[in-house]
Amino acid sequence: MTLISLWYGQNHGLLPIAASNDASEVDGLFNFMMTIATGLFLLVEGVLVYSLIKFRRRKGDTTDGPPMEGNVPLEIFWTAIPTVIVFILSIYSFEIYNRMGGLDPMASGDSGPQMAYAHHHSQLVALDTNRQNVALGLGVSPDSQQGISPLEVKVNGIQYAWVFTYPETGIISGEIHVPINRPVALKMTGGDVIHAFWLPEFRIKQDVIPGRVTNLVFTPNKIGKYPVICAELCGAYHGGMKTQLYVESEEDYQKWVQDNTIAMNDDIDESSVAVNPVSNSDQDFLSPYANNLGVAADALEQLKSQS
Amino acid sequence: MSTTVEKIVPAISDGHKEHPQRKWQDYFGFSTDHKVIGIQYLTTAFFFYFIGGALAEVMRTELATPDPDFVQPEFYNQLLTMHGTIMLFLWIIPAGAAFANYLIPLMIGAEDMAFPRLNAVAFWMIPPGGILLLSSFFNGAPQAGWTSYPPLSLVSGKSGEEIWILSLLLLGTSSMFGAINFVTTILLMRIPDMDIHSMPLFCWSMLATSGLILLGTPVLGAALILLSFDLMAGTAFFNPAGGGDPVVYQHMFWFYSHPAVYIMILPFFGAISEILPVHARKPIFGYRAIAYSSLAISFLGLIVWAHHMFSSGTPGWLRMFFMATTMIIAVPTGIKVFSWCATLWGGKLSLNSALLFAVGFLSSFLIGGLSGVMLASVPFDIHVHDTYFIVAHFHYVLFGGSVFGLFAAVYHWFPKMTGKMVNETLGQIHFVMTFIGFNITFLPMHQLGLQGMNRRIALYDPQFQTLNIICTVGSYILALSTFPFIINIIWSLMKGKKAARNPWRALTLEWQTASPPIIENFEGEPVLWAGPYDYGIDQESIDGDESVEDMLATISAEGQ
Repeated sequence: MTLISLWYGQNHGLLPIAASNDASEVDGLFNFMMTIATGLFLLVEGVLVYSLIKFRRRKGDTTDGPPMEGNVPLEIFWTAIPTVIVFILSIYSFEIYNRMGGLDPMASGDSGPQMAYAHHHSQLVALDTNRQNVALGLGVSPDSQQGISPLEVKVNGIQYAWVFTYPETGIISGEIHVPINRPVALKMTGGDVIHAFWLPEFRIKQDVIPGRVTNLVFTPNKIGKYPVICAELCGAYHGGMKTQLYVESEEDYQKWVQDNTIAMNDDIDESSVAVNPVSNSDQDFLSPYANNLGVAADALEQLKSQS
Repeated sequence: MSTTVEKIVPAISDGHKEHPQRKWQDYFGFSTDHKVIGIQYLTTAFFFYFIGGALAEVMRTELATPDPDFVQPEFYNQLLTMHGTIMLFLWIIPAGAAFANYLIPLMIGAEDMAFPRLNAVAFWMIPPGGILLLSSFFNGAPQAGWTSYPPLSLVSGKSGEEIWILSLLLLGTSSMFGAINFVTTILLMRIPDMDIHSMPLFCWSMLATSGLILLGTPVLGAALILLSFDLMAGTAFFNPAGGGDPVVYQHMFWFYSHPAVYIMILPFFGAISEILPVHARKPIFGYRAIAYSSLAISFLGLIVWAHHMFSSGTPGWLRMFFMATTMIIAVPTGIKVFSWCATLWGGKLSLNSALLFAVGFLSSFLIGGLSGVMLASVPFDIHVHDTYFIVAHFHYVLFGGSVFGLFAAVYHWFPKMTGKMVNETLGQIHFVMTFIGFNITFLPMHQLGLQGMNRRIALYDPQFQTLNIICTVGSYILALSTFPFIINIIWSLMKGKKAARNPWRALTLEWQTASPPIIENFEGEPVLWAGPYDYGIDQESIDGDESVEDMLATISAEGQ
């Protein structure tokens, strides 16, 4: 039974490939849990099947079974063993979560929701703009190499697409391209309802919440094309909200950057780009709407003359 | 296969006076008799089970193909929202209340519940709540899932959403009224001979359940009222567009909804603890361990809620805390599973429908519990949250756990409730079809989730189609399995063999009165002549303990 559990725990074949070191570590944790679960499964199901056969009431026997009401040493044993197991699992999980950057102080605080024009109210602690850098999710691994700066990608989840903005190069795209072996730092928000950014091959997921910035950091170690799946019900076409993550060699990534930067410069049209309202002053932010609100020059004249 | 039955005694056993019998009309009106109310709860719950099941069949039919070609995606989201809501709030929770209502006074020797009128009111809130919820289909049912997270629940299916909120407020209040009755009755109305460590374990589990209902449901009510204000009145408690925080909704929602899942399983844990000893002819193994572990699960169940939010707006330190508490809750649950196995071990098992479903419960709940411990681990949960792995997990604990336990309870107490025996062959067919259909439907879903299929979707990646077809076939088997059950119930009610007072030769008090019980439950005050699980008491002890005659003499001396 132990051998079956050990074997199945390593060879279940249930997970997709692991495309980062962190993913392989999560898989190691899962394999460990599968081994334990298989062992317990075989033990308990075995007892049940055996009981159904061996302890079947014989026809015509109307007497009772033995009056066994308990067995304290046995009960202590089967209380202690699960306690030890969950203790080990907790420590192991904590260790893995830490290695994935889950306890990065930059990523594990919660500054609460922020409003788009928060800078106006900076005297209120809850809406302090300085704290925009502190977000939720997975941050930088504690043992990541110093000196390699992460590739920062801003992610906006909307019904029903992902929009990626690359501050380094100014590219905006519906797909995400990254070079292999460089940490990627996603800074994400939701545009309308809650979505969730899920990379199955990297075993990471984080909700994107309107009004907040959440983080994911990962370092791909295999070239390939991987699905990006929305994992929080976001409306009727939640099932269609998918895109691709391309992990490429350094040259292929640079080529993609070049192709897209040229494209951007050619036909970029300022007014159609989604603007992050935080960086604008009130005037810049409101001016496109002023006309709609009917705030025209003559209206203002009237108001001034009345005051 | 039938168990040994005593000489048939007529249901009205007292030779001195005629006891009034219930008329069938009583079951359709406002009755304060806990037995009538229990049966009303149970039949209403089954009615909604069939509706919720039909919705599931439409969903599974859609999921046989990757494209949304059977129903529109928006309608599919309505189906899944209603399926979840109906199964939880109109089937499982009321079914637990059904057995609690029927059994508690009988098990403790009382004539009725502490507050019979409140009890009837509690039941009569269910049909309007259910009809109100179903009426949402007319103008678009809610489509944000039974969890109804804002902002999505504030912008989609709004009229349905408001109906959903009102319906849940009604059903939640009903649940709380029931819990008030259960707690009061169990603590204050046991016969004097029955101290708290002599009461049946079903009563212990209902104490634990009621505690959770009373502490958790008000928080859900608050969350729903605030959500309703956001929906109807333009407030921004949870709406980020107005500066609100959708994560606060999640905390409030799950503060109730995690205990809710224990509310859904604990009554059936209690039922299993009653059923296994009777049909294995052996005492329950570890009475105190099972009693106290129910209380431990109840308490711990209040401090694990954020494990539903491991990938949401929760900081890392919070995720670690809830991981720890969730891991701990595996220990009392494991104690129960091992104790139940030890109850069966060495017994004399009668393989009737009740026991088969009880063993099916154990085997399925084990799998759901093991996947649950895995989910407690944050790094693993981050990968599988909101995928079919979760769908597999909760169906294993809810269907494999609660529903199998429920069917076991139906088969076990059917003779007591109706005065008729069920047809065992049909019951066994029902079990086999349910067990096979259930496992075929839900086992592959673990793999689907691990491989990358998210949940609450009508359109999916074609690579998952084969496994989805398997799940759909399993669900059709499950649908068919309801037929032997319904036929059995109807046939047995009309033409079933008359049941004796105590066909299972059980020791708890409900079996010491007529089948069905007289309206006042017992003739005078019942005599507690044995502990609830004293099977094997008729065997002589080899090491020279008191003989049975001595024990009987002691007890009758106490009774003078």
